[in-house]
Amino acid sequence: MLAFTIVGSFWLEIVLKVRVLARFKRVLESVLPIALLFVVWDAYAISRGHWHFDTKQILGIYGPANIPLEEYLFFLIVPIAAIMTIEAVRSVKKEWPVKGKRK
Amino acid sequence: MIYTEIALFAVLVAMLIDLFVLKTRLLLTALFWTSYAIILPFQLITNWWLTSRNIVMYDADAIIGLRIAAAPVEDLLFGFALVLAVLTMWISRDPN
Repeated sequence: MLAFTIVGSFWLEIVLKVRVLARFKRVLESVLPIALLFVVWDAYAISRGHWHFDTKQILGIYGPANIPLEEYLFFLIVPIAAIMTIEAVRSVKKEWPVKGKRK
Repeated sequence: MIYTEIALFAVLVAMLIDLFVLKTRLLLTALFWTSYAIILPFQLITNWWLTSRNIVMYDADAIIGLRIAAAPVEDLLFGFALVLAVLTMWISRDPN
């Protein structure tokens, strides 16, 4: 699933030259605070049994708070894919405002 | 709190940050909704993959039970909050 997301979005970096990965610092500043909040949510949900994972279908490597490695990667890769998507739309719709107007 | 409540709360927080804290107001732009419309089908595919194969399983008591493409409807709220929050951060840090 993570590979699918990478293949599905990271080609935008090359074809549309969205230059997201080139702006690495801004990517980290945007993604890490949000990823941290979702990791806290994930830890709580796992501890309460809201969701659990098939141990036969994950690598079996766990990070802090008993969260599988795949979850940590999810919270990094999915946001980067979203950023690449909005930058790709921006690159073909340059006339569109980036921020909403004050009403 | 169960998944349903946390997911609704996360969407609300992400919307408040976008509209009032960082004032990016992505929710008022065609740019955001076009991007989300592209992301959504991919999210449905990956949701379906992860849930139909039982890679991720949910406690029936933590969700309302409505499912879309095999995944709990709460997953859509989860994804929306994640995408909106990250893009709000990203656009708020746009130097232009």
